[in-house]
Amino acid sequence: MTEKTENRHGSATVTLPSDTEVLITRAFDAPAGLVYTAYTTPELVKRWWGFDTSEWLVCEIDLRVGGGWRFVTRDDGVEVAFHGDYKELDEPHRLVSTEVYEGIPDAEENGALDIVTFDEVDGVTTMTILVQFQNKEGRDGMLESGMESGMQIGYDRMEDLLREMQ
Amino acid sequence: MRVMARSPTTTDVFNAVAEASRRDLLDALGTGEATVGELVDRLGLSQPQVSKHLGVLRAVGLVTARVDGRRRWYRINGPALKPIHDWVRAFERTWIERLDRLDDLLVELQAQEDSP
Repeated sequence: MTEKTENRHGSATVTLPSDTEVLITRAFDAPAGLVYTAYTTPELVKRWWGFDTSEWLVCEIDLRVGGGWRFVTRDDGVEVAFHGDYKELDEPHRLVSTEVYEGIPDAEENGALDIVTFDEVDGVTTMTILVQFQNKEGRDGMLESGMESGMQIGYDRMEDLLREMQ
Repeated sequence: MRVMARSPTTTDVFNAVAEASRRDLLDALGTGEATVGELVDRLGLSQPQVSKHLGVLRAVGLVTARVDGRRRWYRINGPALKPIHDWVRAFERTWIERLDRLDDLLVELQAQEDSP
């Protein structure tokens, strides 16, 4: 899994460790320091975080514990805004921040905690993002942040199960 | 403010499958109908445990039951898993695209570092 490859496109995986957590995992052929930099530098975040068609309105990062971040894009005329505060910064290994999607009611109360780790082995960095929602309202609210259907389910064997049953 | 009327274990498919024993039950039922006794044998859980978890799965529509003589047969209801399936797919697609762009960016940044 950690061998360098020509192209890792499409290889991000999403699993559900519990009913209020989502774990995103992706490997990159780059050192951890560079991945961390791309994750925390506004000019670089603008290049990957939004959709291809996103117009950036705000991309602010105050990279210190207690500092905040805020990303606002406009997609198909709709403004989509997220913000949070940094709780832990251990460059280039680990980053913990809150994440609030501003488009849902009681946004602050329904926010999430993001625990991001960068693990480099032989020049390949595996990034994991554990999103811990405080409650189901927050989890469901993510659906409204402009996401569309994708490709695979995280629960082991559950996709096969679903296909068999339909 | 928490909404007190919400009863998570009986109204939410996500919550119903968040419990490991209930996922095991769904896996076991994925291969076909079974009785409580068969599920007890296969999963090594007690009969009250199996009955309790089946009750939760039935309440959210993930499992249905039919009576045949004195036996009650349980089967999985796949379409009830759709909310979870859709939710994960949506989330995953967003992140796959997002991290593919990050991948391209990292390749570009390293190429810049390599060239003097």
